[in-house]
Amino acid sequence: MTQNEIQEKLQAKFDEAIISSVEFRDQISVTVEKEKIPAVCEFLKNDPDLDFNFLSFVGGVDNLPAVPRFEIVYQLYSLKHNHRFRIKTPLEEGASVESVVGIWPTANWHERETAEMFGIVFDNHPDLRKLLLPEEWKVHPLRKDFPLQGSPQDTPDLWPKNTNREE
Amino acid sequence: MAETLSQESGYQSEIMELNLGPHHPSTHGVFRAIVNLDGEIVLNVDPYLGYLHRGYEKTCENKHYHQIIPLAERCDYMAASANSLCFCLAVEKLLGVQAPERAQVIRVMMAELSRIFSHLFWLGTHGHDVGAMTPLFYMLREREEIMNLFELTAGGRLMPNYLRIGGLIRDLEEGFLDRLKDFCDHFDARVDEYETLLTKNAIYMDRTKGIGVLPLEMAIANGASGPMIRGSGLAWDIRKSEPYSGYGNYDFNIPVETGCDVYARYLVRVAEMRESNKILKQTLDLLPGGPIRAEVPGVIYPPQEDIYTKMEALIHHFMMVIEGIKPPVGELYQVIESPRGEMGCYIISDGTGKPHRLKWRGPAFVNLESLNTMGKGYFFADLIAILSSIDIVLAEVDR
Repeated sequence: MTQNEIQEKLQAKFDEAIISSVEFRDQISVTVEKEKIPAVCEFLKNDPDLDFNFLSFVGGVDNLPAVPRFEIVYQLYSLKHNHRFRIKTPLEEGASVESVVGIWPTANWHERETAEMFGIVFDNHPDLRKLLLPEEWKVHPLRKDFPLQGSPQDTPDLWPKNTNREE
Repeated sequence: MAETLSQESGYQSEIMELNLGPHHPSTHGVFRAIVNLDGEIVLNVDPYLGYLHRGYEKTCENKHYHQIIPLAERCDYMAASANSLCFCLAVEKLLGVQAPERAQVIRVMMAELSRIFSHLFWLGTHGHDVGAMTPLFYMLREREEIMNLFELTAGGRLMPNYLRIGGLIRDLEEGFLDRLKDFCDHFDARVDEYETLLTKNAIYMDRTKGIGVLPLEMAIANGASGPMIRGSGLAWDIRKSEPYSGYGNYDFNIPVETGCDVYARYLVRVAEMRESNKILKQTLDLLPGGPIRAEVPGVIYPPQEDIYTKMEALIHHFMMVIEGIKPPVGELYQVIESPRGEMGCYIISDGTGKPHRLKWRGPAFVNLESLNTMGKGYFFADLIAILSSIDIVLAEVDR
């Protein structure tokens, strides 16, 4: 199916939940309401014409200072039909979104990574521990307001030894 | 199970928690896992990642597009050109430009050399992990030849840093094609030689057949790609399903095995080396003349000699170095088939010289997720073979 056909099919089923769809270089991103994410994902995976059985990744985007601040991106692929599609959902700071691990088990690590990097909570995730960052860090490095070089208080490991630092 | 054992024999027995890594030779870098064992049997594997986390995505958000190319190559350093190819294709798509014919063929050359390079080193270390020391030395012999080829034309041996947005940094060095032809001519015989070491080796087969079984539905659910999914019986190769960089022009097969085990993944990778060599031979025939970089003033770097002789080229070059290239606002996802599977680059451009967001889909990271599924129920020593069959590069796992 072409990108437009997939979008029309999604539109027909979830018209009220779709916030916007943007086309760029033959790829369409459809933004849906966050409450509808489980239903939309379920539909995209189980509909025989769409059959998105392969999840490429789940990722976060920080659009500071926009409101709502975050976006979650789901990049999908169908091994059977050889087509790709992308859905997104907006998220305010402090809000949480339903996990899709039940639909695509591979989302487990992607969601853990997104959670620690952006401070986004995925509801009903089986195991939302930190994956890549040290346990004791309280900060979320991929947020736009996190300083590139780290900070002496929050990320002491990253702070260069030769700078003035109170032990 | 442990408790019933202890009751019958009168001995105390309990589940052992064992720390594997991060500095274990079989973990190919700094990979750590907590393994729960019942005697010698693995009950659960819980990986702890991040020892090599460099904040790659955060760094990319603060760099100009051209500055990201060497960074990208340091992600999967075993197949450096595959990374830069993925990134360059993504940015070219953002800009709406295409690399000229000659550059595309040379890119395929570099990508396939990288694939052989990566599979060779995998084969050597994998053999080492299951107790066969000999293959590694043979693999390093051919790997050295490829590194010499990279060095000849690009300067760098491990990370050539040869691709540029819109094409390549410079044309092939004189003598490169002759040496590549020489390599292609004798490489098939070398693969035969490798196969005599392991393919029918009784010890190797005992160690790998029926070990680390990953059924196809589990592979798809876990997002496995590349030789992992082809070893589980699905003929999915992005070079065929979504051809990029002119892969549609080459005649090659997708090796598939249905064993779903470590041995199947070994067979797939060995066959892939032969197929890559087949593609390399075709690139030698197909290589056209012409420019090696697209000519889009202000977007693609002008040829080096023009910068010294033409005013406009100098101005464009200056502006691109100072401000970077500015793709239009938009977002896209570009995939390629790296030696490890689906390598993806998701870029959001906000119209400035730096990406607003760059998400790197490393196939090794996703493939590693299957370790727990594959490792359960086998001996601890088998876990090493299973881990090795995933072909992880920790730099790409942790990013």
